[in-house]
Order: sequence, then structure tokens, then C-alpha cells
Amino acid sequence: MSEFYSALTTSTRLIVNFDPDLTEIVLLSLKVSLTAVALAAAIGLPLGAAVALFRFPGRGLVAALLNAFMGLPPVVVGLALYLALSRSGPLGALGLLFTPAAMIIAQSILITPIIAALTRQTIADLNEEYDEQLQALGARGLRKMCTLLWDGRFSLLTAILAGFGRASAEVGAILIVGGNINHVTRVMTTSIALETSRGNLSLALALGLILIALSISVNAAAMAVRDVAYRYYR
Amino acid sequence: MSHIVTIANQRKDNFADDAIAKARTPSPVLPLVARDVCYRAGDGEPLIRNISLVLQSGPCTVLLGPNGAGKSLLLRLCHGLIKPNQGAIRWGGQSPARAHRWVAMVFQKPVLLRRSAAANIDYALALKGIPRRSRKLRVEEALTRAALAAIANRPARALSGGEQQRVAIARAWATQPQVLLLDEPTANLDPIATYRIETLIQTIREAGTRIIMSTHDLNQARRLGDEVLFLHQGRLLEHTPAEEFFAHPQSAQAAAFIDGKLVY
Repeated sequence: MSEFYSALTTSTRLIVNFDPDLTEIVLLSLKVSLTAVALAAAIGLPLGAAVALFRFPGRGLVAALLNAFMGLPPVVVGLALYLALSRSGPLGALGLLFTPAAMIIAQSILITPIIAALTRQTIADLNEEYDEQLQALGARGLRKMCTLLWDGRFSLLTAILAGFGRASAEVGAILIVGGNINHVTRVMTTSIALETSRGNLSLALALGLILIALSISVNAAAMAVRDVAYRYYR
Repeated sequence: MSHIVTIANQRKDNFADDAIAKARTPSPVLPLVARDVCYRAGDGEPLIRNISLVLQSGPCTVLLGPNGAGKSLLLRLCHGLIKPNQGAIRWGGQSPARAHRWVAMVFQKPVLLRRSAAANIDYALALKGIPRRSRKLRVEEALTRAALAAIANRPARALSGGEQQRVAIARAWATQPQVLLLDEPTANLDPIATYRIETLIQTIREAGTRIIMSTHDLNQARRLGDEVLFLHQGRLLEHTPAEEFFAHPQSAQAAAFIDGKLVY
């Protein structure tokens, strides 16, 4: 149990002292995960909605794959991206390996299927209710898709938060493509892994507590915005 | 420089308005002609059986009949939301899809979008290609005529059932249709909400829009109907002026329905 007490005191000290190393790591974590979420939402929301609404050959297969890819193993994604970005790989010329950009790409790949699959289900359900009405009003194609995405915004926020949860907790992929380089690609989860392997268990646990607190704050902020918006625009 | 651009834009807008005015010149969608229309869902029993009818321009047609008679299905067939398995429906010679611009439909349970009442109407106008500049005025006008001005900016989903139905009717009417299809507009509403909606329907009718509405409420049919289509088990049993229908129903089913007996 003593690890927990010392973790609590360590985390409190780190936060109260505004530890510069910790601040840097926290900010990079947020930057990587939030950018990845934004990218994944920009792809996943229209992708999921399109699969829900438009009929095309292989639609069932795409839907099944999206669902299956929600469970993509991060280390495998990390390894594949590592091979693609390494100097001899197809994207090696970009020089992205061991940069935050590589970490953002890795997390986007991981969470796009999550956002797309949850969006597909949400929009499919919503379409049951809206289909005839939108048809009667004359909304078709992309217009209809945008209307449904906008009217599903409160449910879709949950899909985006699920993506953020996966991104902020993920370590396997960003460790491989980022390399956990101090002051360059070190984030919360990779630091925790590092401190654990060094045997600094209470420091690792302290970082873990801060990460969880961070995650709760982001979710609480999102839900607060949602609640205010819902009051005015439901 | 900027005023030149403005003038150019105005020119463009004027051209756009001309084009819209041209597109808006209504090609008449009446008469509505249905020829031998049958509809069944999947392999099931036919739900609409060999309905043929001609509706000319005139004030208000009421589709009357018990639940399950096929009133909603017939309206949806007329609006092209579902396709008949047999027979055809023509609006002034055009398919329901082509007549869509001039025919509007309001559902028994209308779906309002998650935005304000005014924005719901604006959305419908935007879909009909009406330019943003003219929309604001038309939204205000539609809300005023439906006595909804006071709740224009309230979220549509938070309104009462009766108000939601009125927003839906105002939204359909704002697009200036020649024909308005109303499916059970007052089902599950209390007498005051029903009264307000009937008043709105009268206003629309007096403004010259052809109304075709379904109801299972005899008194409503008496109040609003000029002619009655009586449906029973997917068949069109009567198509007569309202007075004649209520005084001398021709079919046993209609007579029983008017007497308030249960008809199957």
C-alpha cells in the first residue's frame, strides 16, 4: 500500500510545483491525442455516415471491418507504421519517424475505426427516424448526410470521446514510432512505461493518477459543453 | 473596387432570381390521378387494393377510414415515398418525384430537426433552392401565419406536441406548395391543440393551397372536408362530396363507420 501513499504525495508535489518536465509531457500528450482525435473525427464521421447511408458493393464488408478494427492492436499498428516511416520504408523520405507527427498518425489510425464504427451505428439508427421526413423535404445525398451528422451531434460526441479515451491511454504504437525521446516524443503513457521499467513505481503511479485526472477533465469539459448546447439546441 | 464587385454580385443575384422565378413558375400538379394502384409490403397481404381516383383542384379532400384502412400508405404513395407494386400515380401527368417541388407532406409524427423552430423552416426553404436573402422574410411570414412567432427561437424538440405539429405544417406550407398532404395532423392531441391546427389548416386552404388530409375523426372530417374518400381494408369504397357522404353513405361499411360502430 505504501506505493499508493507515496504516489499520492509525489503526484501532488509534481502538480503543486508545476514541474516543468511534467508540464511539457502533459502538453505534448494533449497535443498528440487531441490532434489525432481531430484528424480521426474528420475522417471517421463522414466515413461512418457514408457507410450507414449509401448503398455500394462491399458495404457490409466495410461495416464489419470497421467494427473489427476498433480492436486493432496498437503494437501492430505501431510496427507497421514504423516500417513504413523508417528510412528504407515507402514513406521514409518524409523523415517523420520519432517525431510527434508520427505519433499523431499512429493514434489517428487506431481511433478512426472507433469513431467511424460508432458513427455508422448512430447515423443508421437516426436515419430510421429521419429517412421519410428528409425525403419529403427533399434532402438527399451529401446534404442528407450533413443534416444527420449535425442532428446526431450529441450522440456523436460520445463516439469522439471514446476515440479520445483510446488515444490518451494508448502506449504501444506511440512508443514504437515516437521512441519516447526525452523533450521530443515523451508523453504521459510512455513515461509511465519507462518509470515502471526503471523500478520507480511510485513515480509511475503518480503519473498514472495525473493521466487519469487529465482524462476525466477533458471528458467533463466536453460533457459540460454538450449540456449547455443541449439546453439551447436540442 | 469593392462597389464594382457589389454591382457584379447584384447582377449575378438578379440573374439567379430570374432563373429561380422561371423554375418557380408552377407547372400545375393537379389533377392527381391514381390508376389501379396496389401496394403490399414484401410478400404480405395487399395493403392497398386497386385504388383508382382523380382529384381535381378544389378546397379540401379528407381520407376517412378506421385505423389500418391504408390512409397513410395512400398518402405516402402519392408523395412518392413508397412505390406501388402495380398501377401508377401521376400529378398533372408527372411522376410523384417530379411533382415533389409543388407537393408537400406533413407526417402524423413529424420529425423536427435539432435546431430552432425558425431554423427548421429555413432549412426546408434552403432545400427548395430559395436564396438566403429571401428566406429570412419568408420564415418570419410562415411563423406569423401559423401563430408561432413567439416561439420562433425555441428549440423545436422542446415544444409541445401541438406546437411541433404546427411548426411542421408551417415548414411545409412555407415552401408554397400547390398541394399539402396531411397525415392525421391532430392524432393524439388535446382539443385546444386540435382547434389551433384546424384553424391553421383553414387558413392554408383559404390561401388557395389544395389540401388532402387523412383522419379517423368523423367530426374533423365534417368540419374540414369538402369531399370524402372513404377507405376500408385498402379499398376505396366511396369518393363523394362530404355532405352527401354523411347524409347518404353508399357502402354498409361507411354507414357503420358514421354510426360509430366498429368496422373491420
